[in-house]
Amino acid sequence: MNTFTDRNHQGAAVQDGTVPVISARGLRKAYKNKLALDGTTFQIQPGRIVGLIGPNGAGKTTALKAILGLIPFEGDLNVLGRDPRTERDSLMNDVCFIADVAVLPRWMRVAEAIEFVAGVHPRFDRARCERFLAGTQLKPQMRVRELSKGMIVQLHLALVMAIDAKLLVLDEPTLGLDILYRKQFYQRLLEDYFDEQKTIVITTHQVEEVEHILTDVMFIRDGRIVLDAPMEGVGERYVEVLVNADRVEQAHALKPIDERALPFGKTIMLFDGVPMPQLQALGETRTPGLADLFVATMKGTYA
Amino acid sequence: MNANVSMTADTRAPIAPPHATHKFALLLRREYWEHKGGFLWAPLVAGGISILLTTMAIITGEVMLRRAKNAPGFGDSLQINGQHLQVNGLDLGMITSKLTPEDIRQLGGAIDASLLVSSVWPYIAMTFVVFFYCLGALYDERKDRSVLFWKSLPLSDRDTVLSKVASATLVAPVIASVAALATMFAFLLVVSMVVMSHGGNPVQLLWGPASPLAIAAKFIAAVPVYALWSLPTVGWLLLCSAWARSKPFLWALTIPAFAGLFVSWFDLMKVFNLESTWFWKNIVARVLLGTAPGSWFNVASFGHMDTSGPQVVNQAITLQSMYSVLATPNLWLGVLAGAAMIVAAIRLRRWRDEG
Repeated sequence: MNTFTDRNHQGAAVQDGTVPVISARGLRKAYKNKLALDGTTFQIQPGRIVGLIGPNGAGKTTALKAILGLIPFEGDLNVLGRDPRTERDSLMNDVCFIADVAVLPRWMRVAEAIEFVAGVHPRFDRARCERFLAGTQLKPQMRVRELSKGMIVQLHLALVMAIDAKLLVLDEPTLGLDILYRKQFYQRLLEDYFDEQKTIVITTHQVEEVEHILTDVMFIRDGRIVLDAPMEGVGERYVEVLVNADRVEQAHALKPIDERALPFGKTIMLFDGVPMPQLQALGETRTPGLADLFVATMKGTYA
Repeated sequence: MNANVSMTADTRAPIAPPHATHKFALLLRREYWEHKGGFLWAPLVAGGISILLTTMAIITGEVMLRRAKNAPGFGDSLQINGQHLQVNGLDLGMITSKLTPEDIRQLGGAIDASLLVSSVWPYIAMTFVVFFYCLGALYDERKDRSVLFWKSLPLSDRDTVLSKVASATLVAPVIASVAALATMFAFLLVVSMVVMSHGGNPVQLLWGPASPLAIAAKFIAAVPVYALWSLPTVGWLLLCSAWARSKPFLWALTIPAFAGLFVSWFDLMKVFNLESTWFWKNIVARVLLGTAPGSWFNVASFGHMDTSGPQVVNQAITLQSMYSVLATPNLWLGVLAGAAMIVAAIRLRRWRDEG
């Protein structure tokens, strides 16, 4: 792993874990009729897999586009020591992204895609890419338009994973894929790509599928970060309790942030920052799923 | 999960060190890959079709000639220099022996003219290919969102757009010229066979009097003039391509057309003591017709020309007349305008947010 020390020369400070990969302060981006980013502030540390999760129109994609230097915006943003607005060209040597399933040019052949990326990206490893593709049904002469959505994503992922980038940004990378491809996608990413020198930022709606691979989670709502915590922190802070019917009054006193009734008189309540012993007295406790937490946090978004 | 990660991390092969890149070359190849049909096949097919049509016309002619010969009252009579030649069929060998040097010169001019005509088809194809290529170059990638893939690579917008400019102004015309030359020589071969079938000597009758190599050299020499002269059109089309949210073709056409109508209607050019036609010729035509090779004819100076025969066609395309365009302000003002529009297109591509 340490045989390629030279590749991180300007990122040495980033590596020791003190300097964040991304640091954003007061990002603002207004579209015609709404604010997509409204004072968005967050930091992302190296070696993390961060899920940026929010309802439609919450500003996820806008935030990613700002990070990638694709759009103008206001505020301070530093990605790997550079401002994406002015230093995008050099930034892209260290950043990769998969925007969507369907963005590979449809006329391109598999072999052409590999040759192109190999020719323009100094950190692309052709042998690695070919190794990733060896296990798939992709053939060099196939054109992207002949591939299924799942195969396109396999190709894109192979291209991206063969690039030794420091930051990988994934915007809804598995949208429209069947479960086999989705599982394979994240498994690949973990097994063959991610390491402590890389950082991955993922936005997705399919919360259940990514929650086990995330190290950190950020909820975004109306252009603001409403939750930013490591996954372990989420487990400590939020607790779900299966409250018996006779304890409901008592439980309400502790101000659950969400509750939903189950058949047979039980109620599931979600608590934020209530000490564990108090909750254990109410009933069975467990760490809430990210999806439940998301729903609770985003209540009333579309109201 | 974490244990799993670090375990596989140790077993996987180390990543190759950074390697050299050839970004601009790859960008050009990428344009060629995508537009091979337009850049390569369209001129070749256009040339091939013209050869096919020529061959068919010749065969038809031969058939008719034979039929006519068998018809009653047919006198195979050709008049060369006031002498009646009674030839059975068409004995070109005999005709050749009767030609004076002036006839040969005239013949050469005529053949050169027909060579130029035969090779014009690949260029016509290229004119349309380049026009629509520019119009789609920055629009299609936004429409199918593949721009997000290109932008995920360390390629600047400047290099990307410039690679498209180079493809339109250099790659396409070079390929079209090669196709035109191939067509021209194919045409010569076809005609040579016809000449031989009539007992003539193609070297004496065709290859000698004509000047295919000189024409070939001129085609190649025209490429830089073409590149510079087409810049305002290429720039304008790329700008529309980068700017239009939909229907770039309509915008590219209607804006200059309506500007021209507006100027003509109110006679705005009077302010500068100019006719309205000035605007049509120097603005509208320059941003729309520049992809047609030879559209610089208006401003070229031809010097003295011998207009007493078909050789005038070839003479009109001398190196001097072609490169005289390089000395005109029309060309260089167009280059400046084209460059400005290309810069605007680069900026638009950099910041355009398609949501």
